[in-house]
Amino acid sequence: MTSFGRFDFDCIARWIKPNERVLDLGCGDGDLLKFLQNTKQIHGYGVELEPKHVIACMAQGVNVLQFDLERGLAGLENNSFDHVIMSLSLQTVRHTEQALREMLRVGHEAVVSFPNFGYRKHREAIAAGRMPVSKHLPYQWHNSPNLRFFTIADFEQLCANCGIVIHELQAFDEGKPITDDPNLNADVALYRLGRG
Amino acid sequence: MRLKRDPQQVLIVSRHVRKTGFSSEMTTTHQITTAPSSVGLVKPQKARFDKPLLLRQGTILPGYELAYETYGELNASKSNAVLVCHALSGNHHVAGYYDPAAPEKSAGWWDNLVGPGKPLDTEKFFVVGVNNLGGCFGSTGPISTNPITGKPYGADFPLVTVEDWVCAQAQLADLLGIDTWAAVVGGSLGGMQALQWTLEYPERVRHGVVIASAPKLTAQNIAFNEVARQAILSDPEFYGGHYYEHGVVPRHGLRLARMVGHITYLSDDQMAEKFGRQLHHGTHKFSYDVDFEIESYLRYQGDKFADYFDANTYLLTTKALDYFDPAFNYNGNLQAALARAKADFFVASFTTDWRFAPNRSREIVYALLHNGRKVSYAEIECDAGHDSFLLEDPYYHAALAAYFERIAR
Repeated sequence: MTSFGRFDFDCIARWIKPNERVLDLGCGDGDLLKFLQNTKQIHGYGVELEPKHVIACMAQGVNVLQFDLERGLAGLENNSFDHVIMSLSLQTVRHTEQALREMLRVGHEAVVSFPNFGYRKHREAIAAGRMPVSKHLPYQWHNSPNLRFFTIADFEQLCANCGIVIHELQAFDEGKPITDDPNLNADVALYRLGRG
Repeated sequence: MRLKRDPQQVLIVSRHVRKTGFSSEMTTTHQITTAPSSVGLVKPQKARFDKPLLLRQGTILPGYELAYETYGELNASKSNAVLVCHALSGNHHVAGYYDPAAPEKSAGWWDNLVGPGKPLDTEKFFVVGVNNLGGCFGSTGPISTNPITGKPYGADFPLVTVEDWVCAQAQLADLLGIDTWAAVVGGSLGGMQALQWTLEYPERVRHGVVIASAPKLTAQNIAFNEVARQAILSDPEFYGGHYYEHGVVPRHGLRLARMVGHITYLSDDQMAEKFGRQLHHGTHKFSYDVDFEIESYLRYQGDKFADYFDANTYLLTTKALDYFDPAFNYNGNLQAALARAKADFFVASFTTDWRFAPNRSREIVYALLHNGRKVSYAEIECDAGHDSFLLEDPYYHAALAAYFERIAR
């Protein structure tokens, strides 16, 4: 089974049991949900605001809900999903803590990935006096959709403060899984989170 | 928040988008398959039913006729039939035209959606349009002859509900040999029928497409209907609904009713853009004649409507809207009411539609989610208010095309 070339799909799939109810926030074209439908027979729903992504989801048979996440997940019931996923988007969310709480209200577990601003190359960029620009941070500071700039260490501190349990961390460096000092060596962090 | 995936993902998206024909520069693939065209010259048909129909209000309609049209071919497995349900002023003439000399003037009300190569593609689907019971376009209704009196039913025609319409439509499905609809589609009041189909006959609908609709009307919405009804009921030429015998129609009431309706179908922004405070005569007339263009528009729309629509049909149709409330027998619990549905759903709303606002569509979506139904929901930015569902917005039509293409596969 192809994973559409996305390095994190296989890891996410390992955390999902067959036939689960999965909500993917900011699901883009629905490729992750399609992949999980094919590999895990999940009952998936994507949330997406961008019309062209909504169409792409519908074209490949992925349920998609054009909800504005700025208004929150208020209409969704407690525990209505096994996993709520937010892939590479947490840094674009203004109310980070509220978003994580909502994900763990609606879902039993949350799967969250984000670009790690503590990555060695980013630190080097800052040390050289410039904001980092990389594969996962492809924007210039003035046109970036990213609102929050945080490291793996920052994120884990927030989880501790909020009583969010970190079940697993899978760190990546340019798509390859790594284990040694993720805060320095990972460009992307992928977490499986639960309630305290 | 606007969520973005990495740029690589965006590239993949645009490739998918290409296939759906969405966005101006990429309709090519679509056009190679079939250039969108009209289903051409169509002719309405009539079906007679002699099996009595027990109406929700308790009376029995001993027999009735339904006017309908079909487009495309029913396939051998009879799995490609789509029912299009009409709204307040609609009918069975969904697509194609009646008059080859004036194809645009005599085109069906959803001709931009239904036809070869169009989002609801008649090369793939067998599409059925039907005039509802109580209508005034050929189906049995207030203008039909009451077999008991030999005169038009008029006000004696029973109030029919969305449930009654769906039951009658099921009789037509039986007659056409359609056991299961691939989809039942409708906007506004038509969307209510599509939803009701999935509840009344869960096994007979694979997909419910519910557009610019609501699980029930709000008080404000009922209020607008009541104003429209009072306009008709208080017209001296209404004669208690038996105006046919007097050789008149309650034109003034019908005209007013339509004018009020029209205001609610448009958005404030669109009205401002289309008419603003433009003066009809270029100057203030200081009279009650038309001063502003919007007045001229409303009068024109009212007159046009009064020329072809029956007042009794208007009255009973607005009541059907008011009564629709599948959660009524479930203590107002919509989740419980929708538990019967087995179909997959596409629900769509329009941002500027305040008569059937997006949050009403979201209520349907949340209740379907609660019941584990497969559902997609699009909230379309379109400035045309409630009427948006009849227009050819590129995103709206691309979404419908994507959904129907998925059904066809």
